[in-house]
This record gives sequence, structure tokens and C-alpha cells, in this order.
Amino acid sequence: MSSKPLVIVGTGLAGYNLAREWRKLDSSTPLLLISADDGRSYSKPMLSTGFAKNKQADELVMADVGAMAEQLNAEIRTHTPVTRIEPDAKRLWLGAEAIDYRDLVLALGADPIALDIPGDAADHVYAINDLEDYARFRAAIDGKQRVLLMGAGLIGCEFANDLTSGGLQVSVVAPCDQVMPGLIQPQAAEAVQHALQALGVAFHLGPVVSRLSRDGAALRAELSDGTVLACDAVVSAVGLRPRTQLAAAAGLTLGRGIAVDRQLQSSAAHIYALGDCAEVAGLNLQYVMPLMSCARALAKTLAGEPTAVSYGPMPVVVKTPACPLVVSPPPAGSAGQWSVEGEAPDLRILCKDASGALLGFNLTGGCVSERMALNKSLPAVLA
Amino acid sequence: MSKWQCVVCGLIYDEAQGWPEDGIAAGTKWQDVPEDWVCPDCGVGKADFEMIEIA
Repeated sequence: MSSKPLVIVGTGLAGYNLAREWRKLDSSTPLLLISADDGRSYSKPMLSTGFAKNKQADELVMADVGAMAEQLNAEIRTHTPVTRIEPDAKRLWLGAEAIDYRDLVLALGADPIALDIPGDAADHVYAINDLEDYARFRAAIDGKQRVLLMGAGLIGCEFANDLTSGGLQVSVVAPCDQVMPGLIQPQAAEAVQHALQALGVAFHLGPVVSRLSRDGAALRAELSDGTVLACDAVVSAVGLRPRTQLAAAAGLTLGRGIAVDRQLQSSAAHIYALGDCAEVAGLNLQYVMPLMSCARALAKTLAGEPTAVSYGPMPVVVKTPACPLVVSPPPAGSAGQWSVEGEAPDLRILCKDASGALLGFNLTGGCVSERMALNKSLPAVLA
Repeated sequence: MSKWQCVVCGLIYDEAQGWPEDGIAAGTKWQDVPEDWVCPDCGVGKADFEMIEIA
């Protein structure tokens, strides 16, 4: 009788990278990956640089599902939703089919937040959160020009830069007074916004889209400040919400995500979570670097060596080539003083505590090359 | 001169080109790239790059 498998639900960066790290340590335990999509391996960060590089969705694929199954010595079930988990029985259900697991890892990702916009054109609103979304949007915008982009956060700015570089005409609409509010300082935001404007992006910061309707072959967007914009498609980049429904139904503890400790262990024995769906020791960080740290730690734990994850300094590289930006937010709750040096677009904006120790930074333009030197002085995110 | 590819995001580091934006001169061998250099596309470290064949 063969032993029960490690089951990983999700084949995004979290699922596949965990599988890869774990297989380095355990080459014999059966591995089953279950995906709601087609299981092709691709890198999500590439979704916001694909238009400038003129990449079709298929060109972003790094390995198809067959190659992944072989590389990982795994069974991979595609287009297969997990319908239920029974933590006490260590069993999950795919519709009527039951699977017993040795350990279960939830690498489910996050869902785009969908705004409810009045009007008759909601089906022309695209969120680009996975490869299939990217393919759908590329098909929808083919031969068209004008994109209304809702959201001016990190992903919104990356898309604004990328779509414009790819030849599209982009208008950004967001209810905030600067780009990337809450993430970067106003001076850095101004530098990025200015560079994106110079590239051709139009900004409508303050209002929201209050109505979206069909207008012949195009769309008519009414903004809450009375402005009316004509466009061909709408991209929504207003944020992601961790996928927690399955865990919630199984009775697992939730925070902002599936709550797990530093060993990525949920409130139920033998169930772990990582990536965008997880809140790790109170932190839900939807970036690649923490995900990779979690994948390495969890791989060891699942191979029999219990390992707590730690995060060092983790600056975020924002892919706005019009004005490069690297951000290391100060730790939540820390009291620091910001200072601005340099001249736009080359800014060195540092946050220091009373003793002069570096807590965080925003670097723009030519100053981004200083990040490696500054990293050495940064505090760890999760020591 | 070799090329190295990030297994997470596919970015290629070409020793012949170096990475001038981060102060890594053209011709810098992979082994001489600073240990704390991170992939500019996805932010992972050197350990997640693997050698690829030069076409």
C-alpha cells in the first residue's frame, strides 16, 4: 500500500515553488497538486510587464503541466476545484471524490476585489490576476486603444506603465490624492506620477467610476466628479483579497488570510498555508520574496525538520520603468522621521528612528541602485 | 561567459552584460555578483538562479 500524499492546493508561485523546494529534500513521498486552472507554470510578476515586451499569454509560460509533473515527480490535477476539507479525517473532497492526505498545503492565492459599478458594461471590466485573465484581456483589447484603469496602487501603476509602453492609451481613475497611497511618500508618488504622465498616462485622482455603460462599440465611464471618459475596456486593479472560503468552511482560524504560525501551520493539524492566501504570524504580504522564504521553511518542516520562517529586509521593486522605484516600508507601528534628499526624479527618501537607525526607504530614479547598500542597515521584517 | 536564469520569474543574468543599473559591470562572473543581489524582476536572491545553456 502506498503512503498518503502531500497535497498542495494551488499551482501558482507558492504551490510550485513549495513543491520544488520540498522535492529537493524528499524525493519519494507521493505528491499531488490540485489546480483550479490549467496548471501551466508562469511567473505572476511577468503579468505586469507583458505588454511592453509584447508577450502573448502563451509566451509567458515557463513549463506546461506535463513538464511540471515530470520535474516534480508529482500528479497534477487541473481544472479541479477542491470542494471541502475534513481536517479531523485528514481528507479533502473534489466533488464526490475523496482524497486522504498526509499533509495539506493551501496555496490558493487571492481574488481581485470586484467593485459593483452601476451600468450595463460590467462584463467589460477585467482584473488581470492570473495567466488566463491576461490572455482574456489581451484578446479583448486587440485592435483597440483606450483603457480605463481603476486603481493607482502598486499594481495599478505597474499596469499603467506597461500598457502605455505597449502602445495603449491609459487613463487612471482612483479615489486617492497620490499614487500608491499608504505605500510611498508623497514626493516619491509625485515623481512616479510625473514620469507616467510624461509617458502619456492621464490621471484622474480623487473620483471613482460611478457608472459604466455601453456606447456603440465603446464604453462610456462617468466619474463621480462629473468627468465623462470614453474607453474600450476597463482594467480593475483595486486590490486582492486572500482566498479563505475553503479554510473558513473547514473551521480554520482566519485573520487577514488563513492564519498560520511561523511554521506555516494553520489552526488545524497537518494543514499549512503560504503565499497570498496566508497571514503568517500576523503578516499578509502579497509579494514574491516572503513567499519564497515561506516555501523554503515549509519544505523543511514537511521533510521532517520543523523550521520557523524568518523574513529579512524585503524591499519591493515596483516595476515602473518610467521612474524606477524601490520601497521598504518601515515596520508597522514604528515611529520614524522621513527625510527627502536629491532632486526628482532621483530621490532618496529615508525613514529613521530617533537614534538615526534606518527603518525604511523609498528610492526613485537613479537612486534605486543604492538599495543594496541600504538593505544592510534595514531591520528584519520578521526576525 | 555564461547566462543564468531566475527560476522564479525567468529573468536572465548575462555575465557578458552584467547589470549596470545595480553597479555590476559588464563581464562580471556570476560567482562575483554580490550575495545580496536580488532579481530586479521578482526580488528573489542568487540561490534561485540556475545556469542555462547559451543559445
